[in-house]
Amino acid sequence: MSFRNPLGRARGLGSANEGTGHWMAQRISAVALIPLTLWFTVSMLHMTRAGYPAVSHWLHTPWVAVLLVLLVGSTFYHACLGLQVVIEDYVHDTWLKMSMLMLIRFAGILCAATGIFVVLRAAFGG
Amino acid sequence: MATENRPLSPHLGIYRWQITMTMSIVHRATGIWLSLGALALVYWLIAAALGPDAYATAQLLFGSWIGQMLLWVWVFCLFYHLCNGVRHLFWDAGLGFEIKTLYVSGYTVWVIATALTILAIVLAYASGGGP
Repeated sequence: MSFRNPLGRARGLGSANEGTGHWMAQRISAVALIPLTLWFTVSMLHMTRAGYPAVSHWLHTPWVAVLLVLLVGSTFYHACLGLQVVIEDYVHDTWLKMSMLMLIRFAGILCAATGIFVVLRAAFGG
Repeated sequence: MATENRPLSPHLGIYRWQITMTMSIVHRATGIWLSLGALALVYWLIAAALGPDAYATAQLLFGSWIGQMLLWVWVFCLFYHLCNGVRHLFWDAGLGFEIKTLYVSGYTVWVIATALTILAIVLAYASGGGP
């Protein structure tokens, strides 16, 4: 016996109106972040004593720039998805919840765009 | 329809403490804290892109004792969230739900996250600098 109405079941979207989309996106970005964060942590440990020239040289390496863009993008994507669930769980006032969700998304996209822009600027810059 | 007087399922206060509940909330806490760490990452990238002066300032901030402390807490949180995230991925695949496995994997996450953090600290300071 199912309590879902036939149309809802047919669409497979459930009460959140998006089915398993959010859940899958959180998992996929999590899997992507496993190699990216490990690579970044190891890189940072290698450069603990590095001065600006070494870091600048590192940022000019094409594959480093690509991985950094992916790291920044998937980090903020994953963070937004995670913070969204936390807000949905603990904030029950509709207006406050909606405002916070919007704020989190705007802030996340702003930070991701800024991060990606500066990575590209460092990679292409002199 | 009145929604105020519906019966509630038992909440946290009624359960005996278990490591699993602590690990669940710590996963969230580390996630929130790592979101702030992502801001530090963007700041570091901005400083590196702006040039030597801005980068020197960033090095000064991250090199201060409070900067180092924050970085190491972020490193531990990253390793914890990563290890426990992998634990979650196993659950998502339908594996590891036996009570004993749950506890073993839980303690394993703490051990690996702590070991990786210590290893990172050793590697960082062995090469003569902080993070």
